[in-house]
Parts: sequence; structure tokens; C-alpha cells
Amino acid sequence: MLSPFLIDIAYIAAAVLFVFGLKMLSKADTAQRGNQLSSMGMLIALVATLLYGGLDYTYIVAGLVIGGGVGLFAAKTVAMTGMPEMVALFNGTGGIASLLVGWAEFHQTFVETTNSGVVGYSSFTLGSIFLASLIGGLTFTGSIVAWGKLSGKMPGRPMLFPGQQAFNVLLLLVAVGAGIAFSMVGDLADPLMTAKYDIFLVVVATGLLLGILAVIGIGGADMPVVIALLNSYSGLAACATGFIIVNKVLIVSGALVGASGLILTTIMCKAMNRSLSNVLFSGFGSTTSGGPGKKNEGEAKVINAEDAFLVLEAASSVVIVPGYGMAVAQAQHAVRELGDMLEENGCEVKYAIHPVAGRMPGHMNVLLAEANVPYEQLVEPDDVNPIIETVDVCMVIGANDVVNPAAREDDTSPIYGMPIIDVDKARTTFVLKRSLGAGYAGIGNPLFFRDNTRMLLGDAKDSVSTLVAEFKQD
Amino acid sequence: MDAQTTVFLLFILMLSIFLGFELISRVPSQLHTPLMSGSNAISGITVVGAVLSLSSGNETITAVLGTAAVACAAVNVVGGYLVTDRMLGMFRKKGQGEG
Repeated sequence: MLSPFLIDIAYIAAAVLFVFGLKMLSKADTAQRGNQLSSMGMLIALVATLLYGGLDYTYIVAGLVIGGGVGLFAAKTVAMTGMPEMVALFNGTGGIASLLVGWAEFHQTFVETTNSGVVGYSSFTLGSIFLASLIGGLTFTGSIVAWGKLSGKMPGRPMLFPGQQAFNVLLLLVAVGAGIAFSMVGDLADPLMTAKYDIFLVVVATGLLLGILAVIGIGGADMPVVIALLNSYSGLAACATGFIIVNKVLIVSGALVGASGLILTTIMCKAMNRSLSNVLFSGFGSTTSGGPGKKNEGEAKVINAEDAFLVLEAASSVVIVPGYGMAVAQAQHAVRELGDMLEENGCEVKYAIHPVAGRMPGHMNVLLAEANVPYEQLVEPDDVNPIIETVDVCMVIGANDVVNPAAREDDTSPIYGMPIIDVDKARTTFVLKRSLGAGYAGIGNPLFFRDNTRMLLGDAKDSVSTLVAEFKQD
Repeated sequence: MDAQTTVFLLFILMLSIFLGFELISRVPSQLHTPLMSGSNAISGITVVGAVLSLSSGNETITAVLGTAAVACAAVNVVGGYLVTDRMLGMFRKKGQGEG
């Protein structure tokens, strides 16, 4: 068995690997090595912990084998289009693990205190158990709800009931109150002590309920923010767990994840020009389905694939703007094929990716990478907007809000002020869309009625495949 | 836990949070998903806490809770790292690929 000193040294090594791993993860050419370094850190931390001695290895091995097997299977079999919900699920398992550790530690101390008659708690440990259980619990249920919304098992629109905000605040107050009561230590006869287990269960229940209620009120289009935030929470839960068992590597790594997750959350919020509290509490989309903002006037001009092909064939520059619709239709491979055809035809092809397109941060990048779209062809809105007037054709594939000119022009629109890709300024804009209805967030899009916009209606994959076929015939 | 340890741990916490904020300042949007799922895997470090909650001679209920915690955290760790690796593998391929 290793001495505690050597184990701590191993933990330091693990923490260093996590730091370098995260750093390298944020640069394209080192990202994969960074992830591998970070996993080495995890292995070192785990092995060192197993050498503590006095542990019940049957249970540990059982847990590791079962959990590891499930994780392995899920990671190997998930389709790239299912990535947002997979990430949400993994996040949830981390959260519930923190809750369970808190519970296990509390249960053990509770039984020992009851049996021996000697109070084994400290307020600090109880407070940490409270935080780990509350944050872990709400991360778990929040992630499960996010998973349900992302995988389409639950409706993506915000589900709100009257007084929901007030109820959530009340619930949070109950949780904090219960947490304070839970953390107080008196002698054994004290009512706060005899009711300790009941108070703990209240904490757990409010945490689980909070996670559900906080996320069901948030619309599908805001999911990138929610996933990034839940990711941050799972780190904080791990951090609180570290305080329960006085373990430095948990505190360090949990805090790293918590902080970096918050940065990603901020990036997502900026991309939508909204504050975090606005995303979390506004129930975006629910109140807007009636179509506030200016009435969209005029008639959308529908085009068929054949005419669209003729325009594309003559184009010398094309910008493709993918959105969630491309993911739903699984059109990324067909889109890439079309991009190749256009390039062969002497056309310059770029893919403009809005940071919040899709349902998780970087969603479109993952899909296009799966389809082998070269990295050099991916551009961000800031790169493409200044030159958009010179672009012959913008192809909007299943994106809606991120190209909605109302964000720029209509100050009554709920998305007014959000940075968008200005596809309406291109010479011609094709919008590939299932129907003429409003988008995911329920906001009408004046883009569809512009003079230079042509609607190519139908399933995105079918439409793109038809275009590809036209090119092949040619 | 004595006051000194508490202060020590809080000190570590504070520095780690600052480090976390400084660590990733400018991330290309290309890497948002891998960064998220990779850091998510790190939050599976709870597996260490879960393992330590399984001291021999514990109550049965403690052991059951602890085992469940180990299993859940292991899903997070193994799944998180592998899925990130798979994604990043795709990204790399294209850098070297036909281009």
C-alpha cells in the first residue's frame, strides 16, 4: 500500500496533466494529445487512489467494470448526430456520482454517530455534503431533461407553468434553508440532529426537482448554453465532493472544470447577445410563438432543385450556412458532396458556422468534420460578414434564427441584437427548409420574403442530393 | 477538520478557479464540443471520491451507494474521454487528408 505522501505526489502529477490537457484541448493541432494527457492524469489519480489500502475492492471493481463497460459501449456506438444528447448524458452521470458519494459519506457518518453516541460530523463536512448533493442532483436531472429535449423524447419548446419562476426561487430558498439546518451540529438530542436524515432527503429532493424545473423552461435553441452550464456544474459538484473527503485532486480538477465550463457558457451567451440570466429565466420562444415583431409581408419565392442547380452552376462563390436542420436531416455527407461538386466546377466554397448553430457548442463543426469537410473551408460569422455582398449564393441549410435579419433590423424582435450571419446581403440566398413555417424558436423570419431569397422546400438531405445528382448528370 | 486545513483547501480552490479561467481564453468554435466533453470527462474525477467511500467494513447501504457512484463516475470518465478522442480523431484526419 502506498503512503499518503506518495499518493499526494501522484495527485499533483494528475492535476498537472489535467491543466496541460485542458490547455492543449483549446488549440486545434494539440487537442487530441491534450485529451490523451488528461486521460493519463485520470488513470494516475485512480490507480493511486486504489493503492490507499483498506478499501473494499469487490465493490470497486464491480462498479468500475460496469460503469467503464457502459461508457465504452456508449462512446463507441454513438452516432455523431447523437453527440449533443450523449454529452448531456455523460454530464448527468458525473452529477449523480457526486450526489451518491455525498450520500454514502453522510449515511456512514450518520450510522456511526447513532451507534457510538459520539457526534462524528463537522459543519464544514456537512456543508460540503449539502453542496455536492444539491449541485450533483440538479446537474443530473437537468442533464436528463436536456438529453430528453435534444434526442426528441421530450418537446423542445420551453415548458412553462404560471408562477414557475417564483416556484423555482422558492425551491432554491428551501434548499438553502435545508442546507443551513443540515450543516448545524449540536448534541445528539438536538432536534436538528435527530432529523438530520430527513433534512438530507429534503436537500436531495429539492436538488433533483430544481434541475428538472430549471431546464424544462428553456427552449431547444438555447441548449448550447444549458449544456455548457451543466458541464460547469458537474465540475463544481466534484469540487464540493473533494471538500467532503478532503481530497485535493478533486478540488483542483473540479474547480478547473467549473471555471472553464463557465467560460464556454459566456462565449455561448455572447454569441446570442443575451445575458446568462436572460437565457435561464426568460423561457425564450414560449412567449413569442404568436409572432411579435413586425409582420412579415410579401410572398416567399419558391424555387425547384433544377433552377437552383442552374444558379449554383453559374456561381463563382458559395457560402453554406448549416443549422440544426442539417443535423436532423443527417444531410452533412450530402452537403459535403455538393461542396466538392461546386469546387470541381471552379466555385469557391465556404461553410459559415455560427457559434450557436445547432444544439451544443460546436455542433456543426462536429458534423462537418464527420463528413470530412476540410478545416480551411470553415469560417466564422466575423470572417464572412464583411465580404458577404460579393458572395454569389448563400445556401442556408436548416438554419433559421442565426440568419434572421430581424436580429439586425427589427427592435421588437425577441432576438434583436443577436449577431447573425448576414446572408440576406448576398447576391442570392437559397433557404433549404421543410416548410414555410416559423423556425425552432417560433420567430418569423423576414429573410424568406426578400427579393433575393429563394426557398427550396423539402427535406434538406433530399434537396441537396437532388442538386448533387444534377451536377453529376451535367 | 481543523481550521488550518479548511483554509488550506479554500486556498487551493481559489487558485484553481483562477487557473481555470485563465487556462482557456480563446477557443476556436471548432473545438467547443471537444473541449466541453473533454472537460466533462475530467469532472468524472469524482470516481476518486467514490472509490474512497468504499472502505471495507462499511454499512451495506454505504457500500451500495458507493458502488453506484463508482459505476456512474466510470461511465463519465471512460465515455467522456473516448467520445472526445473519437471526435478529435475526425478533426485531425481532415487536416492531413485531402485538404
